[in-house]
Amino acid sequence: MQSLFLSRFSSLYITTALFCLLFLVGAFQFEGFGSSRVVANLFSDNAFLVITAIGMTFVIISGGIDLSVGAVIALTGVVCGLLIGELQMHPLLVFPLVLVGGGLFGAAMGALIHYYRLQPFIVTLAGMFLARGLATTLSEESIPIEHAFYDAVSDFGMLLPGGAWVGASTLILLLVLVAAVILAHYSRLGGYIYALGGSAQSAQLMGVPVARTTVSIYAISGFLSALGGIVYSFYTFSGYSLAAVGMELDAIAAVVIGGTLLSGGSGYVLGTVIGVLIMGVIQTYISFDGTLNSWWTKIVIGLLLFAFIGMQRLLTRQQAARLATGAAH
Amino acid sequence: MSNLNTTAGRPPAPAKIKLPRVNGRYLWPLLGLFLLLAVNLAITPEFFRIEIQDGRLYGSLIDVLNRSAPVALLAIGMTLVIATGGIDLSVGATMAIAGAVCANLIVGGVDSIFLVVAAGLAAGLMAGAVNGGLVSYMGIQPIVATLILMVAGRGIAQLINAGQIVTFQSEAFAFIGTGTLLGLPFPIVLVLIVFALVQLLMRKTALGLFVESVGCNAGASYYLGINQRAVKIVAYCIAGICAALAGMISAADIQGSDANNAGLWLELDAILAVVIGGASLMGGRFSIPLSIVGVLVIQCLGTTIIMSGLPAKFNLLIKAVVVIFVLLLQSPLFQQQMGALFARFQKRTNTEAKV
Amino acid sequence: MNLLSLSGMEKRYPGVKALDGVDFQLRAGEIHALLGENGAGKSTLVKVMTGALQGDGGSMSFLGAPLKLKSTAHAQSVGISTVYQEVNLLPNLTVAQNLYLGREPKRFGLIDWKRINRQSREVLKRFDLDIDVSRPLSSFSVAVQQLIAIARGVDMSAKVLVLDEPTASLDADECEQLFGVMRELRDKGIGIVFITHFLDQVYAVCDRITVLRNGQLVGEFEAATLSRSELVGHMLGKELQAQTHGREHREEKSLTQPLLEVQELAVSGSLQPTSLCVRRGEAVGLAGLLGSGRSEVCRAVFGVDRKTSGTLKVNDAEKHFLQPADAISEGLALCPEDRKTSGIVGPLSIRENIALALQARRGWWRPISRVEQERLAQRFIRELQIATPDAEKPIEQLSGGNQQKVILARWLATSPQLLVLDEPTRGVDIGAHAEILKLIRQFCRDGMSLLVTSSELDELLAFSDRVAVMRDRRKVAEIEGDDITEGNIMRAIAEA
Repeated sequence: MQSLFLSRFSSLYITTALFCLLFLVGAFQFEGFGSSRVVANLFSDNAFLVITAIGMTFVIISGGIDLSVGAVIALTGVVCGLLIGELQMHPLLVFPLVLVGGGLFGAAMGALIHYYRLQPFIVTLAGMFLARGLATTLSEESIPIEHAFYDAVSDFGMLLPGGAWVGASTLILLLVLVAAVILAHYSRLGGYIYALGGSAQSAQLMGVPVARTTVSIYAISGFLSALGGIVYSFYTFSGYSLAAVGMELDAIAAVVIGGTLLSGGSGYVLGTVIGVLIMGVIQTYISFDGTLNSWWTKIVIGLLLFAFIGMQRLLTRQQAARLATGAAH
Repeated sequence: MSNLNTTAGRPPAPAKIKLPRVNGRYLWPLLGLFLLLAVNLAITPEFFRIEIQDGRLYGSLIDVLNRSAPVALLAIGMTLVIATGGIDLSVGATMAIAGAVCANLIVGGVDSIFLVVAAGLAAGLMAGAVNGGLVSYMGIQPIVATLILMVAGRGIAQLINAGQIVTFQSEAFAFIGTGTLLGLPFPIVLVLIVFALVQLLMRKTALGLFVESVGCNAGASYYLGINQRAVKIVAYCIAGICAALAGMISAADIQGSDANNAGLWLELDAILAVVIGGASLMGGRFSIPLSIVGVLVIQCLGTTIIMSGLPAKFNLLIKAVVVIFVLLLQSPLFQQQMGALFARFQKRTNTEAKV
Repeated sequence: MNLLSLSGMEKRYPGVKALDGVDFQLRAGEIHALLGENGAGKSTLVKVMTGALQGDGGSMSFLGAPLKLKSTAHAQSVGISTVYQEVNLLPNLTVAQNLYLGREPKRFGLIDWKRINRQSREVLKRFDLDIDVSRPLSSFSVAVQQLIAIARGVDMSAKVLVLDEPTASLDADECEQLFGVMRELRDKGIGIVFITHFLDQVYAVCDRITVLRNGQLVGEFEAATLSRSELVGHMLGKELQAQTHGREHREEKSLTQPLLEVQELAVSGSLQPTSLCVRRGEAVGLAGLLGSGRSEVCRAVFGVDRKTSGTLKVNDAEKHFLQPADAISEGLALCPEDRKTSGIVGPLSIRENIALALQARRGWWRPISRVEQERLAQRFIRELQIATPDAEKPIEQLSGGNQQKVILARWLATSPQLLVLDEPTRGVDIGAHAEILKLIRQFCRDGMSLLVTSSELDELLAFSDRVAVMRDRRKVAEIEGDDITEGNIMRAIAEA
């Protein structure tokens, strides 16, 4: 019973408990913190990060890493800015274009990783330079996006009791979340992704199409980053080549705090969402406090990272020890 | 005595033996560098002109060297870490911490420049020890272990700076970034000193051999009795110290500590430089001179783009293309494909020639 | 009728013929043991018949029709499933996921978990496993994992099941459970290829036995009519009748002080309490089949595996080795069995590989100068006749025999008191083989103490003053003096 608790959902429980704890601390300390409005804002303010981090979750579960996501967000923003803001194309024409573009970008990185046996770290680093470089080349200035559709999007949504506003970003986030859970747990590809993270060699012997899966994983991450970029542009009404610098770190941190093993093979999409929310709560807490500086966010996230990685390490060691003793008798 | 004869029979043996091993490895990075220099020379003949004013050398070349100093320092440390099969993502953050420590000590009224520098170095050493400990004693993957400090490090630097950009007035400290020694900008001198020290430490003791052994085959190294944990910690500590020095240069340069931007993304440049220098990210053989060549390639690339009249905004794009190309060049499959392509091309030209 | 038949199988690697015209026949409804020592070619043969490797020559037929396997997936799809020694399933996935990965039943386009879990339970019931299939595989013992792997293989409508050392990490009860399942499957008409190095197990479940040696077929036998000692004879390439002659005559050594004394040394999971003594200037051979505990003794003595009980004395002083470095500082040296992963440092040169152990012992701050390194390298290249144009060649580019000599040189450079050689001639070509034996004999003459494992009896005869025989991870006999004959050793190995 204990091992069941330890090995399966334990990280998810811990993450959720941590979120509740942080939220409660804030709610007790500050008036107005414990409102549904704050919760709704956590979602809408971090929607682009959640969407991107969900893509990162799949990459990390498979045992890889994607450093290009922040740059893809910026590139998406710039392309949207150029096509919508300057050329006045309709967003509904532009969006499919950038989404497919993001997917192809990721797929190309996946193909390089698989076929040329290059390390994901360095390939996606090059991808980050490439995307950021393309964005800079297209425009060094921030491009404002003015379009009736964007206004409609920002007006779209519903007001929940307590002043909570559920906008388009939040709705997109929820849609992505549902799709991601289905992909992870109710599709063959999902099983393959977990299988790759468990052991690429065993997966191959068990008949997993490794090439197709690897390319798909990075394509999904690229696609979701592009989607994150679109949602980000709803938020800023502009496209800027220096947007979302360092966002890949936030995404990775959220995935780890969400309980996904950085060595791959285990993790939950839902955990990642809560991971982002934890980071959001810390930021909200600091802004409510007013005396604390924003740099505490980084230190606290660093400490959380350390705690979670240490815990993961302990868990895997315990598991290995249990297997060894299991083999002994 | 007969042993002596065999070695004495080939007096220049060491030099002779060293060349063939290194030749192939030096070829591509150096070729790249020379190509870039040649392009620079073609578009701006004055690129190589070096003038002496007030006992200091001036010129584009000196500029390139001076500007590449922080990355060169990082690359020296990064080379060792990568050689052990690791990676250090936290060096940029370590730069910020060291800069912040020094700036605050100066502002806090510490007069002794030695004390300030020593404190900065200690900060770097500590960061390195934390990384090394996580990697070798806790067995955490290097990317993950150093990610912690990469995220938290900037926060720590900002904590030290209390969230401000701390500016200071200290001629002695500013010398690190802007001073001149022996006619050269001090950062270049500093790089040369650190390079010489680390190179001596690696090649005149057995440490370099141990680093390569651990990087090539950690298992066999353990059977050999090499303390691989200690070797790894030393590598991360050196990387930390190098990062601290780089952080001091950039702080001295602007006479202030900016925790947000000091050394931002420089870790990536350093890793890139090592990769361009031909080192494998899996660990093993390393060459600090080659990593320095890699640094110069990156720096020259930027200068070339500006000199050639292309807008600076192409900088990143071209860097990305170069990186992808270098990566592919190192992939055995790509080499094979290129070889096959070349063979087919040759065959076609041959048959055409026959016809 | 033959279910699966391979004839004239060939597989060449640079310098080695791993399979040299091997025939193999598997009938439906039999359990067929495939036996052989290290380098006999059985793992290559398994890889060929499961599609992991393509043979260079020979043909294969399955159910009477010729078959050319392209991949393991292809082999699986025609009905040849393999279960490997290390469970090749995914520990992070649930049992049910492992059973149905890639062929999950779906409902409305989504994976139907209810059905998968129900079917998984049904499949496992046939193996007498009543477990929670929604738990991750890693939460079960290796034995259960092994059974699940077999269940996956069988459920994918296997006609041929290849079990590659499935019992390596199982205890007696677990083995019995596995054998029960194997017999049941056999009775259902499935052909099972069973690879193991435990002779007891061969006789417990197998109907027929095929023995390979040095890439060639020794023969195919009925288990019921082949005696244990005949089997060992076939595996080691010796006829029992011819085993009366002893080893070559050698001068008797006077009994000297014990150098290494091991009392009831045990390592949990790999070595049962074992006592052993190596005197100064004495060469002790460790005989036994693969997996008998030979290598485990070497590893425990050298501090690679930490002992869990017992004592170890060097020169009458008790030592606790926590890592190889501790053993090295006491003058021990080990040439490990797996040269590639624990022996050579591939990309480094011969010179560096030779200098490394001595350098590690001296510490990093007292470097061996380049000139001195070169002198060392030149000396050993000459003395051990290492075939290389110069000392700067990366060791990974040498042949196996020369690599082994470099590793010997590495330890000789440290002038060890006791040299432990674990299968020093494994994967070494014939010429180098003889040279390495010559070297070992010379070390004996020079008065060095040696502890050598080998699966070649004539090797052991050639230099041992004493032979300790290992079986089932413990020492079962010790043979001394004129009693050291191939016959005696083989009897000790084979005795049940």
